[in-house]
Amino acid sequence: MSDKPRTLYEKIWDAHVVQRRDDGTCLIYIDRHLVHEVTSAQAFEGLRLAGRKLRRPDLTLAVPDHNLPTTARLDADGKRIPIADAQSATQLAALEANAPAFGVRYIDAVAAEQGIVHVVGPEQGFSLPGATIVCGDSHTSAHGGLGALAFGIGTSEVEHVMATQTLLLAPSKTMEVRVDGVLGLGVTPKDVILHVIGVIGAAGGNGHVIEYTGNVFREMSIEGRLTVANMSIEAGARAGLIAPDETTFAYLRGRPMAPTGDKWDKALAWWKTLPTDPGAQYDKVVVIDAADIAPCLTWGTSPEDVVPITGVVPDPASFADPSKRAAAQKSLEYMDLAPGTPMQEIPVENIFIGSCTNSRIEDLRAAAAVVKGRRIAANVRQALIVPGSGLVKRQAEAEGLDRLFIDAGFEWREPGCSMCLAMNPDKVPPGERCASTSNRNFVGRQGPGSRTHLVSPAMAAAAAVTGHLADVRDLAPLGENA
Amino acid sequence: MKPIQVVEGRAIPLGLKNVDTDVIISAQYLKTITRKGLGQGAFETIRAQPGNIFDDPAFARANILIAGDNFGCGSSREHAAWALTDMGIVAVIAPSFSDIFSGNAFKNGILTVVLSQEVVDRLLEVAKTDPIRIDLEAQTVTTPFQDRFEFEIDPFRKHCLIGGLDEIGMTLSEDAAIAEFETAMACDRPWL
Repeated sequence: MSDKPRTLYEKIWDAHVVQRRDDGTCLIYIDRHLVHEVTSAQAFEGLRLAGRKLRRPDLTLAVPDHNLPTTARLDADGKRIPIADAQSATQLAALEANAPAFGVRYIDAVAAEQGIVHVVGPEQGFSLPGATIVCGDSHTSAHGGLGALAFGIGTSEVEHVMATQTLLLAPSKTMEVRVDGVLGLGVTPKDVILHVIGVIGAAGGNGHVIEYTGNVFREMSIEGRLTVANMSIEAGARAGLIAPDETTFAYLRGRPMAPTGDKWDKALAWWKTLPTDPGAQYDKVVVIDAADIAPCLTWGTSPEDVVPITGVVPDPASFADPSKRAAAQKSLEYMDLAPGTPMQEIPVENIFIGSCTNSRIEDLRAAAAVVKGRRIAANVRQALIVPGSGLVKRQAEAEGLDRLFIDAGFEWREPGCSMCLAMNPDKVPPGERCASTSNRNFVGRQGPGSRTHLVSPAMAAAAAVTGHLADVRDLAPLGENA
Repeated sequence: MKPIQVVEGRAIPLGLKNVDTDVIISAQYLKTITRKGLGQGAFETIRAQPGNIFDDPAFARANILIAGDNFGCGSSREHAAWALTDMGIVAVIAPSFSDIFSGNAFKNGILTVVLSQEVVDRLLEVAKTDPIRIDLEAQTVTTPFQDRFEFEIDPFRKHCLIGGLDEIGMTLSEDAAIAEFETAMACDRPWL
């Protein structure tokens, strides 16, 4: 290895090269493989048909999340309630059978540790800084919040990792997204990443791995960093990274699968060498002033369609690029919005607080702070709070957040992907609107004909209690001392 | 994957241009948990027509498919290749293929043979009544009527298909390097 200054990405990449080929592609070792029920069945079957073993079950962790209903999973006698949808039940049963057959650790649907795969990995200390982490799910980028190189893969690649613990990959370009300064009142990590996607565009990160730098990310909690890295894929980047630091180490120490004793000390020493060297070059640099970021949300059907909550629905004619103009026109038709409408005048019937982007304890606390002393508005038909894991749920209940939400009119659900992707019973009805803390506002994403506005947990709570998209800064806390 | 040296048998003379992956296997079959059985749903819209070629008993055991330009265009679903394999198809002959499909076909051990439209037309004619023969080593397609057509193929793909090496098989042939990496990692980064 030369002494050339390297970025965080280059250091992790170099540390995982098994073989470098003449054309520049490398066989990369994979440290951690997360498995869920939707993209794994054919991969397990492929191994079986070829008579192959899963090379490193000890580096693999399986948990169901996408298909699971978020209603009660046990009946009054403590028996499992069957899943009504036959295909979902089959996919789940396949994982339940495949995991033990291949020796893979499996967190079952009713375990306290069960949750969304991207919440469970960090929470268990399975995901670690400097590690290569893959999963058959594009939001695997979330784990980059711990300083891991984490990205989503397809079913053939899932099988490749199972059989060989490696992937044949071409190196990515690097992009620095630097945000310095002081964030304004009511501006959360979700607002930061939505703003970033709005600036660089949904394809802006194509071919790149993003590293988020600057004091805003350094001062951010791990929960916030996971939210930011999670949505890297919405900017087109396969992975996003935030350098590990004392906040990261404090978060991981003592987690069930995190290293202990001597191994912890060794790990810590290596993790501290990972941050980007002074003078290292990125292929692209984007600089954003924290003061320019407002509480924001999406108006259209691409995550790049971002406006401040104080803004209005844009006029398609205002876009210089003809293809963007046409896309905006189509988006507005789908969203049933007229140009010039103030965002805060748009009523919402559905509220979803959850998903791998925003279902961690801090997210629930932020929503609770807004809800406290208030009730959901009369026009809100469905308001779900779906904790990211059983442990998040338990923590929230210990803090009394469940009572607060239930008393305000919310439904308090079991952990899972829920209304983020309409693969389970939680859906937004056709033609209805949802203020959602998830990550994709694509056409039909939350159910056929559903209309999604991506927001932070605090803004989702503000929409719930007002019945329309609302500026969280206008809702003063109503604590018992208020 | 099964090694391919010679593919000989009846060939389904489909002949259609722009056969997209939705035609090969429609979206409703994507929630399956298996790569097998997709042959049941393959070419469903064509099979809905009475007297279609896929349900002709003469082609019940066909292992070759002959199609028109741009075969496999559309979505990237690997299910299209899985469906063909499940039908028993080992090779597809066409004037051109979509890039994604030919990659997926290769990953799943299906030989894609590119020949000119003129040659494909001749093969479509022969296939109605007689078997055809593809020799991958010699890179030729021949018929019982002394037709002999040569085709080009990427040497790496040829090597993999003849050896029955899939990508996983190729990587597993580097097992020593992977094991060496793991040994070093256990020493340098024992917490992983």
